[in-house]
Amino acid sequence: MNAARISSVQATPLRSELESDAARALAPRPRASRAWMKSVAIGAVSIASWLALWEAASVYEWSFFFRFENIPAPTEVIRATGELLDSPKFASHLLSSLRRVFLGFSIATALAVTAGLVIGRFRLAAQALLPPLEILRPIPAVAWIPIAILLFASSERSMVFITFIGAFFPVLLNTIHGVERIDQRLINASRSLGANEFDVFREVVLPAALPSIVAGLSIGMGTSWFSLVTAEMISGQFGIGYYTWEAYTLQKYPSIVLGMIGIGVLGMGSSLLVKRVARLFMPWLRAEGAR
Amino acid sequence: MSSGVIAMHSVKVHFGEGESAVLALDGMDLSIQSGEFVSVLGPSGCGKSTIIGAVAGFTRISAGELSVDGRAVTAPGPERGVVFQQHTLFPWKTALENVEFGLKMRGVGQRERRERAREILETVGLSEFSRHYPHQLSGGMQQRVNLARALVNRPRVLLMDEPFCSLDAQTRLQMQELVLALWEELHMTVVFVTHEVDEAVYLSDRVAVLSRRPARVKTWIEVDLPRPRTHALLTTPEFARLKREALDLLLGEARQPILEQRLPRSA
Repeated sequence: MNAARISSVQATPLRSELESDAARALAPRPRASRAWMKSVAIGAVSIASWLALWEAASVYEWSFFFRFENIPAPTEVIRATGELLDSPKFASHLLSSLRRVFLGFSIATALAVTAGLVIGRFRLAAQALLPPLEILRPIPAVAWIPIAILLFASSERSMVFITFIGAFFPVLLNTIHGVERIDQRLINASRSLGANEFDVFREVVLPAALPSIVAGLSIGMGTSWFSLVTAEMISGQFGIGYYTWEAYTLQKYPSIVLGMIGIGVLGMGSSLLVKRVARLFMPWLRAEGAR
Repeated sequence: MSSGVIAMHSVKVHFGEGESAVLALDGMDLSIQSGEFVSVLGPSGCGKSTIIGAVAGFTRISAGELSVDGRAVTAPGPERGVVFQQHTLFPWKTALENVEFGLKMRGVGQRERRERAREILETVGLSEFSRHYPHQLSGGMQQRVNLARALVNRPRVLLMDEPFCSLDAQTRLQMQELVLALWEELHMTVVFVTHEVDEAVYLSDRVAVLSRRPARVKTWIEVDLPRPRTHALLTTPEFARLKREALDLLLGEARQPILEQRLPRSA
């Protein structure tokens, strides 16, 4: 097409419309760094206050309703942390948990996203696969532990399986939901532009469902940690859950708290990682809007 | 290439099944020449969008014959471009990537399709916005991208379903002029569904005025106004005469059900 020949249609009113739109689209957004610093400060003060309350309760052995006499104070925990960080034991516990979560979560993601896309898109797949999955879904990952031990030769594999179960259903359900919510008009538009079924899947269904899939991954990461820690407490050797439970049986009370903090930090960190990585794949959500 | 003959013979379209089935089109006859600009004008809810859906291949017809260039319509295809009322741009693609889509589906190499998409974006006046995502564009700009995305495939037929009805009056006038210019350049057949009398008369060679649902063509209005047309035409007596003719037909159609409700039928 010859652009020059029809450029006469772009008369003056059009230019002004475009320019005002351009101004809206390109205007810088006011920075919010002060508000951000304020909210961080409030959060820090809040955490510090709770720690101070806890310290006081332990030191003065609070005993009304809660019994704090055996609960280590934050200062004791910090001392224990210093000792632990010198020995490689704690790090190896963390690493073996991380490895299990990474494996179980990755396998769950691959299978659940694939299954979810197919179930969401094809009625036959939904009719065939959903009933058995719906029966399995309400069973908490913890309830799978005995069967997992019987199913797998090594306790290592059974724990990876439990993490897998923990992540699988949130990811699956969110993927199905994402696919079912796709605007049919987008699929129609792609077909009338020449897309075949495979193109529709790759170019429309997957990106349209991506935000929902990511929400599922974020939830799934949380539940897989939750499931893993329980599995490690029951059947584990090594791992942060095992470490925490062992600390209780050996009466190393500061280590219990340390284990809990480790679980919290790792869980939070891996959820954050999921969100960060996901954002790389969804640049359109990052783009600031004119409207 | 420059064909685009649309033929509908006693086409019926049902939605739903059994008791709740709705008959949207009943015995629809429509014959549109190559390169014609035809508007379909009708009261809201009369089934005019169903015509677009059927020709585009989204909606299956229940009876009758429907063909484009002699080939029966069974599925959507790139030779029949569609622009909907609300933009249907892919939110995860930039303006340029959206326009490229049709070429990508045809296996055109990245460099060539990028070049051609740029060219057509320039034609609709959006070359500065090629890297913007749809939600960063105004309603008018979104419809420009939509138009560019459909036209990159060089469709023989362009189907437009109330494409400008959510735009403000000034933007709508600009878009109408743009569509006319593109049509005069590319000579494709255009089927333009609208409920706006001005728009239908201003743009078209012929206007099909539809009856209430199930829709049939009630009357054809021949618009023998000279081309190329600009918005100056909107205030001429010839335009006013055709507009009144169309309004009378349309309002007569809309008023009828109210009268039927009020006046008890004599036995």
